[in-house]
Amino acid sequence: MTPSSSIASPGAAPAHDEHHDHHPSYLVDGTTIKSWLLTVDHKRIGLMFLFWVLLFFLVGGIFALLIRVELLTPGPTIMDAMTYNRTFTLHGLVMIFLFMIPAIPAVFGNFMLPLMLGAKDVAFPRLNLLSLYIYLGGAMLALWGMLNGGLDTGWTFYTPYSTHTTTTVAPVLFGAFIIGFSSIVTGINFIVTTHTMRAPGITWFKMPLFVWAIYATSCIQVLATPVIGLLLVLVTVENLFSFGMFDPARGGDPVLFQHLFWFYSHPAVYIMVLPAFGVMSEVVAAFSRKNIFGYRAVAYSSLGIAFVGFFAWGHHMFVSGQSTFVGGLFGVLTMLVGVFTAIKVFNWVGTVYKGAVDFKTPFAYFCGFLFFTVFGGMTGIALGTVSLDVPWHDTYFVVAHFHFIMVGATIMAFLAALHYWFPKMFGRMYHEGWALVSAALIILGFNATFIPQFLVGNNGMPRRYYEYPERFQALNVASTAGASLLAFGFVIIACYLTYALVYGRAAGKNPWRSKGYEWLTESPPPTHNFVGPQPTYPEEPHFYVDPKKAEVPDAV
Amino acid sequence: MQSSVSAAGGPVAPVPRLAMHFASLEVQNHAARLGMWLFLATEILLFAGLFICYGCYRFLFPEAWAASSDTLDLTMGTVNTVVLITSSLTAALAVHYAKEGQNKMVAIQIALTLAMAVGFLVIKYFEYHHKFEVGTLPGRYYFYDKLQMPGAPLFFTVYFCATALHGLHVIIGMIVLTFAMVRALRKADFGPNNYTMVELGSMYWHLVDLVWIFLFPMLYLV
Repeated sequence: MTPSSSIASPGAAPAHDEHHDHHPSYLVDGTTIKSWLLTVDHKRIGLMFLFWVLLFFLVGGIFALLIRVELLTPGPTIMDAMTYNRTFTLHGLVMIFLFMIPAIPAVFGNFMLPLMLGAKDVAFPRLNLLSLYIYLGGAMLALWGMLNGGLDTGWTFYTPYSTHTTTTVAPVLFGAFIIGFSSIVTGINFIVTTHTMRAPGITWFKMPLFVWAIYATSCIQVLATPVIGLLLVLVTVENLFSFGMFDPARGGDPVLFQHLFWFYSHPAVYIMVLPAFGVMSEVVAAFSRKNIFGYRAVAYSSLGIAFVGFFAWGHHMFVSGQSTFVGGLFGVLTMLVGVFTAIKVFNWVGTVYKGAVDFKTPFAYFCGFLFFTVFGGMTGIALGTVSLDVPWHDTYFVVAHFHFIMVGATIMAFLAALHYWFPKMFGRMYHEGWALVSAALIILGFNATFIPQFLVGNNGMPRRYYEYPERFQALNVASTAGASLLAFGFVIIACYLTYALVYGRAAGKNPWRSKGYEWLTESPPPTHNFVGPQPTYPEEPHFYVDPKKAEVPDAV
Repeated sequence: MQSSVSAAGGPVAPVPRLAMHFASLEVQNHAARLGMWLFLATEILLFAGLFICYGCYRFLFPEAWAASSDTLDLTMGTVNTVVLITSSLTAALAVHYAKEGQNKMVAIQIALTLAMAVGFLVIKYFEYHHKFEVGTLPGRYYFYDKLQMPGAPLFFTVYFCATALHGLHVIIGMIVLTFAMVRALRKADFGPNNYTMVELGSMYWHLVDLVWIFLFPMLYLV
């Protein structure tokens, strides 16, 4: 299959196409600051998102380390109690709203979705740029609030505390509301793009699995985010004017806040994890050199998780006084998520089985991902059981669980995506040896950080506490040691990737010999994604004929 | 910029611009419409959160809510409902004329819609003003003597949040429609294959109308 094979170009107006002889890559097509800040190219927007997302990851990570250092000793270590409250609030807020939720969809979704669909751009390019600036505006407002007074509610803003605390609730919550708008806009854009911009030949069941995952994610974003948007506005208003909506003293119901909050925030977990699943489906096929096992099951289970995820929020309220029946019902609905996730896990393992595994860095992250997903998922099933959740509720066991599934799985996928698509995005290769070393460090460091937290939580240490009894110290020290290992791994990644940006050897069109659609174009791609006519798509994505022969689509 | 007054009502509609990344005009219009429907879905979900608050507190304080609902001015609410539904009709007519390329009629219909929107807001202003005078206000600002029941201030919290959010949407809708009207007057380029802007603006306006159709019985009638 050659990209130059002609297909009747559908009636696109040629007036807007410039007919240059050479097609510069999107990176060098326009080098002024303005050409970046006002670009409508989905690839440049994805790259700018990457920059900001990494910056906020750094901020959130530094605060995570501060928390871990503070918890080294049972008493006060480096900060006072109020600072500690503000620190973990900032850590949660930045990591969830500014890093985890936009990380994969806004960066890799933006960059890869049109390429994978054979489109020249997303459906609404200007709206896409707008979503970047909405995100930044919200982020700046929230951070400004955090730095001017700070917020001590935790990222969940539970009422009635959040409506009474004197810290700066309003700008932070309003900032989060604005960021939600960005999420909605991105979601709408991706859904419409998937519906209307597929190239001739790409049917729904010939879409790459990453597209399915992003599509399912976008559905959650569009359906859940408005509810928390309204909720954040109500809490802001209540904090400023005491309207009494969630204040028990005025007849309001704080549990209603929790319902509305988790109606978004539980599906938000799947906004973080579903794109990760999508990345992994791509990576596992590419590095096992095998077609994905059970393509339709993987695609449908993404939609299944998106659907069932909406009915699981009540498990956050097992101890809020809801009836036993409701508790049991939400427990069962929560476990259904595990069923759909298990479908995916079995299919990934089935893909690797008898594949010709090429153990490169993205595959190393896949292995870590598989462990975190299964381990985190299993503890999730355990926490979904009411009788087990009651003793574990609000202990470090929960902290370790959600870090395993949300952070562990998502970070693995984010790093896998960063390494897998780095040649596509920048046209250069990174150093494989250093990459494998840092992958090993990160996976080890992550386990060393959070497995002690499972244990300390199981022993009864509550989350969010500033001081703790002496007997929890050994495990806390172990956790902090793991965190520093983890941080060290990230420093190495930052070093060799920055080096590769400038000095890395040229990657060529398809260094992984992958069968993914995004590899059909140049690396890095030209501004309108394809030179000449659109590629044709006679095969399914992930179509590796015989893994043992490792059939090569395009000689590099 | 271009003088196109001469062709008012004529079939001379310029061909709309096809963005470079779309395959055809149909796809482009389909994308715009799909995007708008999705956006409207998110708007409905935004109000759904308030409806849940309403349902929850109505269940907790049934008598107080019935009594509070009685204090609202049913006449003003009814007039407002009629005004808003009529404005939806003129917004729909604007789309009809846009399809036929009668740009002047488009502008007239939108102007009528805007006039009714202003009317709606004026009536709403009088209702708010009355509440500020007698003290049927949310939360701690409540000082209405004739109705002292637990839960009554909460009704007005929901009332003000819901109607204020709706009012904000009315204003946004007016801005959107004004843009369409200005374009119908200055460029006069709406026609059989270029009416998406009017259509989307009108869709938004129908949403504003629809939300009120839910708010009115919830707050005033039930």
